[in-house]
Amino acid sequence: MTKSHKLFAGSRRQFIGRASATFALASAGLSIPHIAKAASAVKIGLIHPATGWAAYPAAQLRYGAQMAIADINAAGGIKSMGGAPVEAMLGDSQTKPEIGAAEVEKMNEAGVNAIQGCYQSAVGLAASATAAKYNIPFSVDVGVSDKLVQRDLPNVFRMADGYGRIASDASINLAEINKAAGSPAKTVAIVHEESEFGTGTAKLVTQALAKHGLTVIETIKHANPTRNFDNIALRLKAAKPDIIMPINYPGEYVLLAKTLRQQRVDFMASYSVLGGGFNFKFVEEMPQIAENMIDVNHWYDPSSASGQAMRARTESEGKYFTFEVYCAYMSILFLVDGFERAGSTDKEAVNAALASSTLNVDFMPYGPTKMVNGQNMGSRAVAIQAQKGDVQVIAPSSYASASAIFPRS
Amino acid sequence: MFSEVLSLLPAGIINGLMFGAIYALVALGLTLIYGVLHIINFAHGAMLMLAMYMAYFLFKILNIDPYVAILIVTPAGFVFGYTIYRWGIGKLSGGRDQNILLITLGLSIILENSALVFFTGDQQTISLPYSYEAFDLGFLYLSYPKVISFVASLVICLLLWMLMTLTDLGKAIRAVAKQREGARLVGIDVEHVFAVTFGIGVACLGAAGCMLLPIFYVDPYTGNIFVIVAFTIVVLGGMGSIVGALLGGFIIGITESVGGLILGESLGQVGISLIFILILIFRPTGIFGSKV
Repeated sequence: MTKSHKLFAGSRRQFIGRASATFALASAGLSIPHIAKAASAVKIGLIHPATGWAAYPAAQLRYGAQMAIADINAAGGIKSMGGAPVEAMLGDSQTKPEIGAAEVEKMNEAGVNAIQGCYQSAVGLAASATAAKYNIPFSVDVGVSDKLVQRDLPNVFRMADGYGRIASDASINLAEINKAAGSPAKTVAIVHEESEFGTGTAKLVTQALAKHGLTVIETIKHANPTRNFDNIALRLKAAKPDIIMPINYPGEYVLLAKTLRQQRVDFMASYSVLGGGFNFKFVEEMPQIAENMIDVNHWYDPSSASGQAMRARTESEGKYFTFEVYCAYMSILFLVDGFERAGSTDKEAVNAALASSTLNVDFMPYGPTKMVNGQNMGSRAVAIQAQKGDVQVIAPSSYASASAIFPRS
Repeated sequence: MFSEVLSLLPAGIINGLMFGAIYALVALGLTLIYGVLHIINFAHGAMLMLAMYMAYFLFKILNIDPYVAILIVTPAGFVFGYTIYRWGIGKLSGGRDQNILLITLGLSIILENSALVFFTGDQQTISLPYSYEAFDLGFLYLSYPKVISFVASLVICLLLWMLMTLTDLGKAIRAVAKQREGARLVGIDVEHVFAVTFGIGVACLGAAGCMLLPIFYVDPYTGNIFVIVAFTIVVLGGMGSIVGALLGGFIIGITESVGGLILGESLGQVGISLIFILILIFRPTGIFGSKV
């Protein structure tokens, strides 16, 4: 007699119950990786000089980027990826190109999906070249050297303008402002910082100004930091230019402005290009110096509701609404739009999506995004002027909120 | 070009003297601490930064003029320096010089990063009611803040020199600097003198911070901008020499200023490095230094 071998003990009802539970668990088990994959965070590395002389703009950039990430996550994350949240990975370049590149290597090891940075062009060049080794999508939030997007790297993009187009726009705007005033200005003196940003911009502006009949009669390069601007002020006083054009970082920008006043240097206008220190803080804290100073820079569209809301929100959190805030915000929107349209973190797919972006950033005075070799051709810088304790857009006329006061009163 | 430089030379020299006096004050603290304790205080820049922030907040919150704030920040610097040496650096180092170096290095990192957290990296500047008032020399406007800083720096250097040469405390400090064990044998509280010296060094920074604030900006890293120059001044003037620090400050200030005029403001600072190298080659003990 053979003994029947019972595969399953218990009643049929128990069997069905256990089988159902097993099936449910198995299903859940099988589906867990799927759910986890869909909801896993998209990691965006933020590389900025968080320590060192550029710590303040770096903090502003981080603030803008993290504000954008918070807004995106609050709105449901990346929808095409099952609502995947965006996660920031923070890196500190310490103002050094080699450290910026090392941060990219570390982030790559940690599985970063895209990188944004780096404030200084020199650091951006090194970091984006390292990112190119791994084809990591790289968005330049602030960094004006055109070399950033002239190396045929398919992973590097920049939404804001570079110094080539800014130099051209700055010259056109200055020529128009001068012409409207009866062309009183004939000569320009440039005072620029010594790195790629200042040197490159100064060279391009000099060429561009010549096309508009303005002659650069003095070009003065200075170190970062410069402890004393008296000698520079005296040289400017001797040169007697009609326009003084600073191209430098925040600390030196303000020191130069103060010294020009102390040394009673006479000129028609201070017309800076990418003047690091020209912002709401400068205008608020030093109104007597800032009044009527002009700067050509990245600037938000003051007529847009979203721009006004972002400014109010930033100021309500005790921060100044500097260009770093909205440039970083815009750069995150651009990257996330790329992930959204790619529907994955596949680097090839994301880079292709970013290259074909038509993103319309309504808080900037830009048209739809159009990338050509990684540079957004829809971007443009504007001329702004301190007037009665506020900052007004004075050119181009399509975005102007006030007329230029030139020569300064 | 040459005629332009010549015409600006007198102004360049005066500018150099003005800044040189402040450089000297920063270097004084460094040279004093080295002269007595035989250690380099790597937290010197961070402490200068703290002094500038203290002057800044006294101005912003209590509307105290930075030059008046010297009377508050300088004693506060002394108390901070004395306390941190007596109950911090001195105890933790166990009497070993290399430990003191590491502790001051660590202290600088802590102070700078704490400043970054609490004060942010934002560069702060102030405008005084007389910031843009100036003496007209014809070829140069000397702003009131620079002239006040210059005079105050000279007065503080003189007071410190008098303290070191005319008082019992000064004699005790010099005795400890020359022969530590001998000073202990004659009843001098060496640990106390070490802490006092460190305190005086930091007090000098307190005064320097108040004088720099009206003419420069402050952020968590500002101190290092001046301390790099101060190291050169200490080497040039001779380690431990007050007169050497003052003279070194003037030489470096003028070199920087005139170098900027001749070689350009970017390249002009190479003169400071050149002096540093030359002094190391031809007179390693500095102008007023003596061989150990």
